[in-house]
Amino acid sequence: MTFTDTLPTPAPAGPSPLAIDLRGLHKSFGTVRAVDGIDLAVSPGEVVAFLGPNGAGKTTTIDMLLGLANPDQGSVSVLGLEPGRAIAEGRVSAVMQSGGLLKDLTVGETVELTASFFRSARSVPEVLTRAGIADIADRRVGKCSGGQQQRLRFALALLPDPDVIVLDEPTTGMDVEGRRDFWTALRADASRGRTILFATHYLEEADAYADRIVLVSRGKIVADGSAAQIKNLASGRIVSASLPDITPAQTAAVESLPGVQGVELRGDRILVRTSDSDGVARHLLTSTTASDVEITARGLEDAFLALTGDHAEADEATETTRSNA
Amino acid sequence: MSATAPTTSTIATSTDRAPRTGLVNVRFLGVELRRLVRNRRTVVFTLVMPPVFFLLFGTAEDYTTQSVGHANVTAYIMVSMALYGAMIATTSGGASVSVERAQGWTRQLRLTPLRPSTYVFTKVAVAMVMGLAAVIVVGGVGLASGATGGARVLAESLVLAWVGSVVFAAFGLFMGYLLPSENVMQILGPSLALLAFAGGLFVPLGEGVFATLAKFTPTYGLAELVRAPLTGDGVSIWAVVNVVAWAAVFGFGAAWRFRRDTARV
Repeated sequence: MTFTDTLPTPAPAGPSPLAIDLRGLHKSFGTVRAVDGIDLAVSPGEVVAFLGPNGAGKTTTIDMLLGLANPDQGSVSVLGLEPGRAIAEGRVSAVMQSGGLLKDLTVGETVELTASFFRSARSVPEVLTRAGIADIADRRVGKCSGGQQQRLRFALALLPDPDVIVLDEPTTGMDVEGRRDFWTALRADASRGRTILFATHYLEEADAYADRIVLVSRGKIVADGSAAQIKNLASGRIVSASLPDITPAQTAAVESLPGVQGVELRGDRILVRTSDSDGVARHLLTSTTASDVEITARGLEDAFLALTGDHAEADEATETTRSNA
Repeated sequence: MSATAPTTSTIATSTDRAPRTGLVNVRFLGVELRRLVRNRRTVVFTLVMPPVFFLLFGTAEDYTTQSVGHANVTAYIMVSMALYGAMIATTSGGASVSVERAQGWTRQLRLTPLRPSTYVFTKVAVAMVMGLAAVIVVGGVGLASGATGGARVLAESLVLAWVGSVVFAAFGLFMGYLLPSENVMQILGPSLALLAFAGGLFVPLGEGVFATLAKFTPTYGLAELVRAPLTGDGVSIWAVVNVVAWAAVFGFGAAWRFRRDTARV
């Protein structure tokens, strides 16, 4: 009865432009190559996680995507428009990491004021409700928790009813509850067919909330696929066993076992990456003198560390999983 | 603006989504005024301090009987304090961009269709409203405490004090964009007091090195213009040159820093 969704969902005639189209983006600050050749095409309706460690170039890419920064090289287009124009028309909006709010305004005033900047905006109570902060409309922004402030930024981003929402590390510094509330609000909204791109360094957020994960490291995209595909990069287990005096023939025998992805010798121990850990363990225990067998699962965390390669302890495990950038 | 909107069918909504044009956003002005009134420090410095100074310095018995030409000395001091109040009000109004930059608000605004020129216009407009309030308060207190003179010359002086304080709105903006500090007014407050001395707003300048240097400060010319109706002395060309030159310096400085602030990096 009070359903106010009057704007038509964009029904493009002919080939619809990509929601986000980044081509050959480069950006350096002095000698630091923050973004070093990023190509990214996001179709309308996709929910994409931009996943990478701090300093991977996520924020710089987002700044260029929003027209806050100019690329040194490459092109940016949002819904077929130049970013500044897409912002001015309210086709794209953003939730930035921190700051950007006046502490002396109330939550409601902030939303009302921002609404006045747009030619047509959703109603203030509507966006407050959608962002889950209708109950704190009269609270001063300075008295809101980090999570509440972030939901306020999200409410502001909803005002123009944009086709694309970009979020830069939206849950940084929030407690667990704040994070959960924030994602609940965002997820409820994503079901409306908006294109969402969010940057995060939390693996579990990318896994839980994105259809597609783009892994960034050192200014480059190192992997791009569905959450399941990214997880497959990390599938399988590691079987390790103590096997002193191993012969090259024994190593070759293990390598030829079905499902084995890689074999590594580390001191007296043999480490086998495999999708069939039972088979490898059986072979080691029955056909060799191996003892002290351990089987460990590899998680998404391993794949993340391996692909982004920013952690020394992950480097040893990168050989088999490092796909080309 | 619709003439430049793309006409392809895929972005057919472009015309209804075209950004607002025009410098004036009434709601923005309203919110900014509300913020100003909420800020107790601003209210004290602009609306309480100048009239208190006036009452301390300007209401001595013989000041009310002594004439400066077309008005008494009390009126002369009233007008000086009105200018001082307006200066503080407009400077702090302009300088508030510093805090808003530090808080990331101006960056947030760049993610909306708000035009940067509307932002600056609103800041200056609000600063001028505060300046007007400062002039009215000092004027009201002054007239109630013995400032006398021709109604017309008093009005002229007070209006000049208000209009002239736009130079300091530009000064505040310039400093607000130039200084990164969240506490920009802690630097500007003492500077304004010094400038007020240089303009002879607190005590007459007299002779000496300070008095000679003072002639080149932005308050000196403005103070002379503001007092001219009361004294009937006329205005020297140097006072006009002073005001125009400083207005240009602050105006261009603010525009330069503003462009730099809103430029893409």
